[in-house]
Amino acid sequence: MRKDRGPEHRWHDMGGLEAGSINNDSHDFAIWEKRVDALLTLSTKKGLFTVDGLRRVLEDMGEEAFETMSYYERWVSSINQNLIEAGIYSLDELGEKMAEVKARGETYGEAQEDKT
Amino acid sequence: MILDNGSRVKIKDKSPPGHIRTPKYIRGKVGIIERCVGIFKNPEQLAYSLNANEYGLYRVRFKMTELWDDYTEGQNDTLDAEVFAHWIEEIKNAA
Repeated sequence: MRKDRGPEHRWHDMGGLEAGSINNDSHDFAIWEKRVDALLTLSTKKGLFTVDGLRRVLEDMGEEAFETMSYYERWVSSINQNLIEAGIYSLDELGEKMAEVKARGETYGEAQEDKT
Repeated sequence: MILDNGSRVKIKDKSPPGHIRTPKYIRGKVGIIERCVGIFKNPEQLAYSLNANEYGLYRVRFKMTELWDDYTEGQNDTLDAEVFAHWIEEIKNAA
């Protein structure tokens, strides 16, 4: 594994490094991944932050996140960080919303069930 | 700063910790201005939601042998990279 080479050459700046083989298999996206993609488009079109802000946070998340989280998991973490910084919602509101969503059930199927 | 096509330039060799748009492998290297591709807001300020200055974005052409010490393929091979004006120093020719 590559280690951070220090502030003068950060981990994400990979030009010139051995990259290995490239996986060219095509794949479909899960519905939540498409929603994350849409969230970025909505956020940037509304001027809440820019794709540069997305990249800044992805870089600051570090190499460990790059290797342990999927592409859109990293995106949604970065989008959230940028929206918090932009004051679009508070951590308090986020915590309450997450608890509300979690209470609907662990899966899409469970969340659809009538709990009344 | 306006840079003419064909100008010899050196990419600034600086490494502020933060979101920067000039990769390590071209910093401190010498190339030629291929063209200006437009004027854009500085992404290095936009990344922090700051009011951003506008800079020219230049396509800079480097010889591969300038970039990589161990490059053994075509000695005239080149690489183009797009670099914002605030990363570029013009090399003035001796009169």
